[in-house]
Amino acid sequence: MTPHTGSSLSSETFEGSQELGDRGATSPAELGREAGSVLRLPEGTGVDVSDLDVEYPDDETMIINMGPQHPSTHGVLRLMMELDGETVLRTKPIIGYLHTGMEKTGEGLTYQQGATNVTRMDYLSPLNNELVFSLATEKLLGIEIPPRAVWIRMLLSELQRVSSHLMWLATNGMDVGSTTMMIFGFRERELVLAFFEKTTGLRMNHNFIRPGGTAADLPDGWEDDVETILDNVTARLAVYDELLTGQPIFRERMEGVGALSAEEALALSATGPILRSTGVAWDLRRAMPYLAYDEVVFDVIIGTYGDNFDRYAIRLNEIRESVRILRQVLDKMPAGDYRVQDKKVTPPPRARIDESMEALIHHFKIFTEGFKVPEGEVYVAVESPRGELGCYMVSDGSAKPHRLHIRAPSFVNLQSLPVMMHGGLVADAVATISSVDPVMGEVDR
Amino acid sequence: MSAPTAAQEQAGSAGPSGPAGPSESAGPQEPALPGVARATSPDGHDIVFPSRAGYHDAVAAHRAAGFEMLADLTAVDYLGHPGRALPDGVAAERFELVVALLSVSQPRRVRVRVQVPEDDAVVASLWDLYRGAEAMEREAFDMFGIWFTGHPDLTRILMPEDWEGHPLRKDFGVGRVPVQFKQAPGPR
Repeated sequence: MTPHTGSSLSSETFEGSQELGDRGATSPAELGREAGSVLRLPEGTGVDVSDLDVEYPDDETMIINMGPQHPSTHGVLRLMMELDGETVLRTKPIIGYLHTGMEKTGEGLTYQQGATNVTRMDYLSPLNNELVFSLATEKLLGIEIPPRAVWIRMLLSELQRVSSHLMWLATNGMDVGSTTMMIFGFRERELVLAFFEKTTGLRMNHNFIRPGGTAADLPDGWEDDVETILDNVTARLAVYDELLTGQPIFRERMEGVGALSAEEALALSATGPILRSTGVAWDLRRAMPYLAYDEVVFDVIIGTYGDNFDRYAIRLNEIRESVRILRQVLDKMPAGDYRVQDKKVTPPPRARIDESMEALIHHFKIFTEGFKVPEGEVYVAVESPRGELGCYMVSDGSAKPHRLHIRAPSFVNLQSLPVMMHGGLVADAVATISSVDPVMGEVDR
Repeated sequence: MSAPTAAQEQAGSAGPSGPAGPSESAGPQEPALPGVARATSPDGHDIVFPSRAGYHDAVAAHRAAGFEMLADLTAVDYLGHPGRALPDGVAAERFELVVALLSVSQPRRVRVRVQVPEDDAVVASLWDLYRGAEAMEREAFDMFGIWFTGHPDLTRILMPEDWEGHPLRKDFGVGRVPVQFKQAPGPR
């Protein structure tokens, strides 16, 4: 990316500002660039810029506000941007408009109820949130869940990745002007959501993955349903390829825009497709396998330039890898229990309550008091469609977590937005925001 | 917001230096930190317990040893749960700062836990080591009121600018706080 020169207008509108720099030749001074791309002004309105102790390259910059109601900002993201003409100099993402104190709420809910709370954070991949919460609780409890529960979780987690990436393809297409892609993406996502509705009863916020396993077994004929989804998605991925990947307008808008280097991505703690687009093959499913990801074969998709096009290509091909994993899950799904048979953790089956006093007592205790979790603290991370989704949980030995912290990938990834947008055009800002894939429910929690 | 400017200049010029590429380093060796208590968590992660004064140096040593990424930074308010297990020589304080460091070159995690007293809730910022600390430290400041010296822009990030109190502290009540967005009750 050519640094901003502030000279004649023609050099700005020419293709030059979108060129990629040399890879691997990033100097330490260039690494400090994010210090120059983050705008640090108070967020309040009516700030007189001349009163502030901030240096400007010249007097011709202006600060404009984008959001929180801008349709392209994916929810309630607000950006303060310092512009010189149409070039973005520094940016400050302002968040918190959707803050509802979910971590505080989580301290008041039992482990039994907690999954309903965390599932509402990342509303495009709720099952991953339930998964990380359940894994953390199980690690504190020290219980091992049955193999079928593990594979059901993997099945749902990968289907969720497919639906989340399809949703991203749809909204990203919308942001760069391809409304066809928006309709296509939503159409295919509908297939996955219909399966979720059949399995869990809900299209989103499922509360299906719970501490101890899952809420229910998979419905009869699930193999055929998943097979249909995979065949459909595979066939239509080829259509997307034809519609977008080779299309000159789409490539012009994506290639070389919003570039980030691997060093910057690591320094800014970016994970997920953003980190992988810079060429770092970091995927928690591969590097630190959880569930049974070490028993399936898949590739980690990486990019080269770290630009918007790489992030598009990574998400598109990750759908293909998820389809590949799902086909192996179809083959390898073991039989058995879908939740752990520990009466202190999971409620007894409905039929047992009618005939066993003890089962009734266990049921009553679990749903009124919840189950107690031994003292301790644990950090568990999974690879959500957006990056490292972590859960730091502290238990004081009671039935409610003493502290529940969710390391939200969107929240951390938003920090790289000013670096990506630095020196680009305002029109490209929309495409760059989209390529970060922020989910504001997760950012603000 | 006024205090950290001098430190910001200093930190800005230093910047994250050295190659942090995932391929060339042989993997992190645990840096030798004399006098720092260690433990291993049940989930197999190493935990180090540096003192508040040695916190920045301990993290810097880990960074030099190959932990390229700051995966997570958060705090815990242990008010009402004082009797937690800590290694010998670490005195429990009300707040605890929990930093999860990640090595990408050799998949590995380490957790840094620092005790922060209630009456002097100030620690050094990691912003000069990891630029990614900026938003996470702002969140910890917003939610717990822990001050990070050397942070470039320590303001509230999730709560409104004029909010009083730090919501994730245990003595910040739930549902007993009047909603600050509402106007005074009408004449009805």
